[in-house]
This record gives sequence, structure tokens and C-alpha cells, in this order.
Amino acid sequence: MIFGKSRRQRRRFTVVSLVMALCWSAAGSAVSAQTFIDDAGRRVELPRKIERVYAAGPPASVLVMAIAPEKLIGWTRAMRPDEAPFLPPQLVKLPELGRLTGRGNTANVEVVLKAKPDIIIDIGSVNANFASLADRVTQETKIPYVLLDGRLDTLPLQIEKIARILGEGTRARPLLDYVNATFADLKTRIATIPIEQRPEAYYARGNNGLTTGLPGSINVEMLEFLGAKNVAGVGTGGVGIANLAQVGFEQVVLWNPNFIVTNDPAFYREVWTRAEWQTIRAVRNKRVFLSPNLPFGWFDYPPGANRLIGLKWLANLLYPETFKFDLAKEIENVYRLLYQQKPTREQIGKILGEPGVLPK
Amino acid sequence: MANPACCQNSATPFPWCKTRSPTHSVSTSTSIPAITNTGTARVAAIHTLAIAMAVGMVLVALSVGRFPISIGELFSLLGAKLYGGTTNAPENADLVLFSIRGPRIVAAFAVGAALAAAGAAYQNLFRNPLVSPDILGVSSGAALGAVLGIMMALPIVAIQGLAFIGGLAAVAAIYLIGNSLVSKHGGHDPVLTLVLAGVVIGSLLGSGIALTKYLADPYNQLPAITYWLLGSFASITKSDLAVALPIIIIATVPLAALRWRINLLALPDDEARALGQDTSRLRLTVIIAATLMTAASVAICGIVGWVGLVVPHAVRLLVGAEFSRLLPLAMLIGGTFMLLVDTVGRSIAQIEVPPGVLTAALGAPVFIWLMAATFRRAR
Repeated sequence: MIFGKSRRQRRRFTVVSLVMALCWSAAGSAVSAQTFIDDAGRRVELPRKIERVYAAGPPASVLVMAIAPEKLIGWTRAMRPDEAPFLPPQLVKLPELGRLTGRGNTANVEVVLKAKPDIIIDIGSVNANFASLADRVTQETKIPYVLLDGRLDTLPLQIEKIARILGEGTRARPLLDYVNATFADLKTRIATIPIEQRPEAYYARGNNGLTTGLPGSINVEMLEFLGAKNVAGVGTGGVGIANLAQVGFEQVVLWNPNFIVTNDPAFYREVWTRAEWQTIRAVRNKRVFLSPNLPFGWFDYPPGANRLIGLKWLANLLYPETFKFDLAKEIENVYRLLYQQKPTREQIGKILGEPGVLPK
Repeated sequence: MANPACCQNSATPFPWCKTRSPTHSVSTSTSIPAITNTGTARVAAIHTLAIAMAVGMVLVALSVGRFPISIGELFSLLGAKLYGGTTNAPENADLVLFSIRGPRIVAAFAVGAALAAAGAAYQNLFRNPLVSPDILGVSSGAALGAVLGIMMALPIVAIQGLAFIGGLAAVAAIYLIGNSLVSKHGGHDPVLTLVLAGVVIGSLLGSGIALTKYLADPYNQLPAITYWLLGSFASITKSDLAVALPIIIIATVPLAALRWRINLLALPDDEARALGQDTSRLRLTVIIAATLMTAASVAICGIVGWVGLVVPHAVRLLVGAEFSRLLPLAMLIGGTFMLLVDTVGRSIAQIEVPPGVLTAALGAPVFIWLMAATFRRAR
């Protein structure tokens, strides 16, 4: 026998070598890079210095902009003229790089390489498909790619993780505190509202209002988060594979929702004039609302931290007795935290003045 | 199977068409073995059956749906509507029946009938059984119009208008290009030239649609575009019908009036001309009628495939290729079939099943059975 004489000695040797190995590897990682386990369980070696971040989709853009705006190197699509005034000029003029994964993949890997990011961050659905896409991008470009779960209730975790990756713990603090306080406040107060007083809500998409978000889909997360009943979830069992679905108007009559939220201005205009909609409780009681979308949507698109302000807006509308947020003040707070710029009084007035944003 | 019938002209420059002799009869001009000697009694029986099925399907469609309306309530509501009085039907049943389900049933039947009629006329005109109403680009043109409308976030009426105009414009462009190729550049076969122009322009429009989809915002516009392209009767209202139905009916008139002469279009041009027919004028009339009815259908319900291609086929298996027999039965069966598809699509689940998904699923087994039965009888 080469190693030791007894079993005990042998065991001691194993323990010692294990400890040594651990110390060595810890020392090694401190020298080379930090390993980050992303939400897909992928081991990502983080570079020591991260100065340039490529956000693969709008939800990642919003959070990187909120935490370390100077590290964002571009948009997935260029800012449009109506969105631009809400952001500082140096952010507005960032180039359009395209989306890297997910639906409507428009980025060219060469464009990404040319932009020389230190890291690619993607926030959204986490599944084997997206994980393999991320692996492939890393293989092709040698740029580390972090995939984070983008569900609304994991927003505090998303902020913490991005802050850790970017080494910006202190700067992320105010946003994290705001999100935690908002979530806690909403959850505790909504918990006191009896089930039967919660609105039966319908999310109307498309210009005919007959496309809706199915339960569990990212499109209606806000309704679920705020404890409203999504009528499309009642007895839909078995169709939860898709996010969006078309329904017939007969089905809407049967559901007879008493609260409708839409993101389509064309539908909002027509819902008041189309004869068949006048029988729906929400229309009769004037409880149809249009979500604002500047500079990013408040209700479902993009499914990122931009929905934070939408939570307070929607809580006011769903439970007017319980929530009486001062929206102008909240917009100011949230927009400053996310978009690095205090909105002007006119901008706030424009958002809240759009028909359908506030109760009639 | 015979060669694709569009290649029957022996002067055609395409080598795969050379084997066909230029003389043939009307009944074999489509590659399905047509039954020319179908007895009048049998045709009458088929007609009676088709009418009974159509009426039955309308009654079923009226009483089936997500919103429960029983047969008793249905008749009480119909009675109240016709003769006044009160009903015992639940609240909103009246609205569902007359403002939602009713218009939808009329639309599904009219669209099915229109697509089948247009398909039958085109299969005759192009001497090709694989032709559907969108061979001359009407669907692609309408789709591009609608997709652009969705991109610009226009109101529904404007999107429908753009779809209708897009359909007409595409066919007009294809017709003009085809015609000028024949008259100015010495094309041989006007029908073949038209088909080729249709294929080329159709694919050009298709790439326009693809580009628009690519540029569309993936969260809001892209789903809207996808749903439009899938086709749906879900959002049909009375006001949609008020515009589309008259167009479909008016466009049916020339097809019905010319039903005897349309048979001649299946002959090569020189033979038809020898019989004293101005084929190019007749052809243009058929194209205008078929385009109008298809464009009106597509504008209100999006693209519904299959019906315009397969229903005329199925009917030809039943009563032969003679157009005056083919047209009314194709419209009846096309309408009934479309209604069946839409009734299933709006009833089986809380969410809608697009007609495009169900047409083939319901239609393919029936069609295969029909072919088997016909071949057995012909043997």
C-alpha cells in the first residue's frame, strides 16, 4: 500500500486533501473570476470587471438602466420619439442592438460582438430552450450570459442578483427598498379584502378585445399578483399551455366580468360604442381601463420592473376603497428610481390625462 | 391522375406537359374522374339532402354555444322576435342569439358558400383541380392590407377596408401583368400566364407580410397579426355583415347567370372561340365575381383555407363537373361545412379553436371517405 498504513490514516489523508483542494479552488476563483449560478442552474464565470452590459430583452434593459445606467450599451429597439423625453439624453441616444433571444429574435451575433459587452443579461422565462440558447450564444461569442427568472414576484431577487453581478449593491438599495416596501404593503392590505369583494377581471387585448391572457401567463401576472380573479381562469383547466388565447364574445357574456383592463387604445375607444359590449357589467359600471405605456407599458409589456408603477395604478382601480395612492407622486418616485430622471409635471399630466387611465 | 390541367395546351413550352393531347371533353378537363351520367333523380336527392343538412346545421348552430340556450328557449326567443311578446329565456340570451351568435352563423355560412363558389369557378377557369380562390393573390393581398392596418393600430373597420382593397388590388395587379405578358410580349396561354403571375406576385406579397411580422412588436402586434392570419369568426357583428353580405350576394349573381357558359372556360381558348365565346371577357367576369366574394369574406374573418379548395372537389365527386350543377351545391355544402367548423370551434372550449385548424381535421376524413365511395361506384 502506498498511502498510509491503516484505514484511519487513509481517512485522515482524504480529509486533508479535500480541505486542501477546497482551499486551492477558493483561492483560484478569487484570482480568476467569480462563479455565478443563474436561474437556469447554469454556472457562469463572471469577468472581474463588468463595464459594458448587453441587455438581451426589454426587462433586462429596464433593470440594468435602473441600477447602473452607464453600463447599458444599447437598446433592443431604439427609443421612439414619444418615449424619449422620459429618459436622460445619454440613455436615449444608445444604439439599437436588437433582441437576442425569445420571440422576435432580431439581434445579429456580430452586432453583439462589435458592441463588446463584458456580459449579456437576460430576464424572462427560464426553461431548457432559453438555457440552451444562452449556452449557444456563450459558445459562439465567449461572452458570459446570465439568464434570470423574470416573474413579477421575484423582482426583489432580480434586483439583488443584478446588483451582485454588477457590483452595485449600494446603488441598487433604494430601488430594492421601494420594491420590498411596495410588495409588502400591497400583499398585507390585499390579504384583508374578502374574496367576494375582489373584481372578476378580464384582460382585453387586440382591437376587438377578444384576445386574453390565460392564467399563469406573464401577461396577466399583475392581476394575479393583486389578487383579482381572472375570469379566463375560471374552469379553463387544461389550456394553460399558451399565454394568449382568442375567445368568442359569447364566452365574455358568460363570464360577464365587472372589471376590464386593456392595453389597446383602439379597443378602449370602441368598447363604449359597440352595442354588444354594453351588456357587460364592467362597461355598464364604467370600469374599463386602458394601461399607460410611456416610456414602457404599465400592465404587460414589457414584462419587467416597469410594471411596478402599474401595480399601484391597478391597485387603486381594483380596490378604490382600500388603495388611494397619489399616482402623480408615485410616478415621480418610480420613474426616478427606474429611469434616472424626474418626470415633469406636464409628462405626468399627459400620462394620467389619457382617456381610460383614471376612473370616469 | 392526369397531368395538371393547366398544361393541356400542347403549345405550352413546359416539357412535362407535352404528353397530353389537345382534344378532350369538358367532363375530363379536371383530373378527378367526373361522373357525367349522374342521374337527375340522384342529383335531386343530393340537393334535398344538402338543403336538409343546411337547415339542420343552422338550427344546431343556433342552439349550441358557450352561452346555454335550450331548444325551447331558442324557439321562444325566435317567436318573441317575430311576433313580439315575452320569453322565459335568461338575461342576455336575446343579445347572444341575435347580436352575437346569429350574425356569426350568417357570416360563417356566407363565407363558406362564397369560398366554395369562388373555388369551383376558379377550378373550372384554370382547368386545374388544385386551384383555390386565392390563386390570384386575393388572400395575400388582403392579408398584407390587414397586417399593415394592424401595424398602424387602425380601427377595426379601417383594417377590414384595407384588407378588402388589398385583395382587389392584388388581383387587379396580377390580372394586368398577366394580360400584358400575353398581349404585348407574346405569351402563349393566357390562363397559364395568369397563374404564373399569380404565383410570383403572391409570393412577393407573402414576403411583404413576413417582413411586417418581423418588424411588428412581438408582444402586442405580432399576436394580433397571427390571429388575423389564422382566421376567425369570433368578432363578427351585424355591422360587418351589413357590408360584406351584399357584396357576396351581388358577386354570386354573375356566376349564377353565366353558369352554363362557365363550362366553356374549361376548354382551351381556341376551341371555346370556335363555339362563339369571347373567353377573355367571360374570364374577366368570373375573376371579378370570385375576387369580390373572396375579398369580402377574407376582410371580415381573415384567411380560412381548405374550404375553397376541397368543397368544390367533394361536390364534383357527387354531381360531376358540370358547373350549373356544381355551383349551387358547392355553395350549400360549403356554407354548411363552414358553419359546422365554426360551431365546433366556438363551443368545445372556453377559448376559440381557429377555423383553419378544424377545417382540415373535420374535412379530411370526410373527403377521403367520399373519394373511396366514388371510386367504388365508378368501378
